[in-house]
Amino acid sequence: MTTLTTDRPAPRAGGAPVDGPALAAAVSTHVPLATTVRQSLTMGWRGLLKIRRTPEQLVDVTLQPIIFTLMFTYIFGGAIAGDVGSYLPFFIPGILVQTVITTSVVTGVQLREDMDKGVFDRFRSLPIARIAPLAGALLADTVRYAIATTLTLVMGLIMGWRPDGGFVGVVSAGLLVILCAWALSWIFAFFGVIARSASSVQGISMIVLFPLTFASNAFVPADTMPSWLKGFVDVNPVSHLVTAARELTLSGSWTVDALWALLGAAVVVAVFAPLTVRAYMRKA
Amino acid sequence: MTTTTSGTGWAVEAQGLVKTFGDNRAVDGIDLRIRTGAVYGFLGPNGAGKTTTIRMLATLLRPDAGTATVFGRDVAREAQAVRQLIGVTGQYASVDESLSATENLVLFGRLLGLSRRDARRTAAALLDEFGLGEAAARPLKNFSGGMRRRLDLAASLIARPPLIFLDEPTTGLDPRTRLQMWDTVRRLVDGGSTVLLTTQYLDEADQLAERIAVIDRGRLVAEGTGAELKASVGTSRIQVGLAEERDEDEARRIARAVLGVDVARTPDGRLSAPVATADAAGDLLVALRQAGIHLTEVGVQQPTLDEVFLTITGHAADAARTPEEVLA
Repeated sequence: MTTLTTDRPAPRAGGAPVDGPALAAAVSTHVPLATTVRQSLTMGWRGLLKIRRTPEQLVDVTLQPIIFTLMFTYIFGGAIAGDVGSYLPFFIPGILVQTVITTSVVTGVQLREDMDKGVFDRFRSLPIARIAPLAGALLADTVRYAIATTLTLVMGLIMGWRPDGGFVGVVSAGLLVILCAWALSWIFAFFGVIARSASSVQGISMIVLFPLTFASNAFVPADTMPSWLKGFVDVNPVSHLVTAARELTLSGSWTVDALWALLGAAVVVAVFAPLTVRAYMRKA
Repeated sequence: MTTTTSGTGWAVEAQGLVKTFGDNRAVDGIDLRIRTGAVYGFLGPNGAGKTTTIRMLATLLRPDAGTATVFGRDVAREAQAVRQLIGVTGQYASVDESLSATENLVLFGRLLGLSRRDARRTAAALLDEFGLGEAAARPLKNFSGGMRRRLDLAASLIARPPLIFLDEPTTGLDPRTRLQMWDTVRRLVDGGSTVLLTTQYLDEADQLAERIAVIDRGRLVAEGTGAELKASVGTSRIQVGLAEERDEDEARRIARAVLGVDVARTPDGRLSAPVATADAAGDLLVALRQAGIHLTEVGVQQPTLDEVFLTITGHAADAARTPEEVLA
């Protein structure tokens, strides 16, 4: 009866009478890390079920990669690289990062919509880790990032992109981008928790998103930019991510940029995950 | 039934609970003591502060002032412990609309630490118990209000929590479903659970609750057993219309003498007084007759919530007009 740090006493499915005072003496206020992870995975399972039930939510991650990749390749290709074929090795990793990160904004919007529903009241009243409903939602969204990643890469291949980094290099780049997008989605999840409505989440998120993705080397080399802008582009973690993905697809090699991108991702999670959970708990 | 071991033995103990939304004091200093193993009823009109009080006790809202414990654990400081002792069923169903009934219960079971198999088994057993077995795989969109409510309650019972909050469990249900819900509540208490329910219906509180707290404008205005409350209101009220308005003072004096209570005047000019028994009503009519006071009409009514309020608070229930409780 004194399992103070382990899981809660297993619920009795049978008809045994409940002894409130005895249970009250036994329950702990602490949720162990392993339990937190398991609860987050369960919430992730819920997210996957939701995606399966409402596949129309996937429209953005299916159409956007196709349209953006096609459009920007033919708009910028000739002007920047002389011809489309030589622009692709430079551009595909860039548009990959841009597309997947844009997708992560939707995480915040959907989280806001989800939180307005009654079921979040129940999540709040359950003895589960506070972070689990948020982490679960973000976890399920990696499926969306994976779809966007795959489609962007496939579009590139269809248009004639032949990455020298090979299969392993391309897959590594894809995974790196998905991981970083997941980290960045904590920023948008934070807006999702503090905002009043889903549409305002969209608005605030775009203000963060545009400088982050466009003031980078995703579409054009930074060399021709004014020095103040180039200064930002050089420190922008998105630039490091783009460069890392480019190196992986071009030659299959991990560069120091990948390290910077991962470090940036870790910092974002370290800052925004606690902020988001705190804001969520204050609402609870 | 089980007032044992640790702490005070109270399932819920609250002192001076306050919650303010803007300049509206939704809960304005509520003290409570709820015995373990009992059904306790919160009775009051919309906006009285019932839901806000429950949400504070259920760790969903932080009190602005005051303290509350659930089986001795503090709702603010030990929220995570309290959450392991409670099940919460809200006014609207707090289940996931995009999942099926089974998926909902499996989800909550898994979150509560059940294995996949146990979660499935518990879900199936609960769905059967609540008559939802056939609808288990159907999307919730096609569920009726009563089915949603039952699923919501089933979800609260997965862990067999010792304290269950039911916020207006029968509002909007048809009479048959309402009786089923009453049966369920009684079974829960037979199993050793403590139930705290809110209701707008006097008869519901009367049928189910061992003790009733009447809540009005964020304050607890009366507390006691159903019998005690009814004694203060009368089990029914007699209403008489006088033929001659000048008889009113004499009629009031006679009524006070016969019934031992003060007489109220209804908005349409009739006299209204609580009567404990049918005989008391007869006695009053005989006394009025003997005094030569003529009546235009006589009626005996079961007490309504309005009259409980009229008697206890001195104003009608619908006058307790505070804004809809903020739920977010």
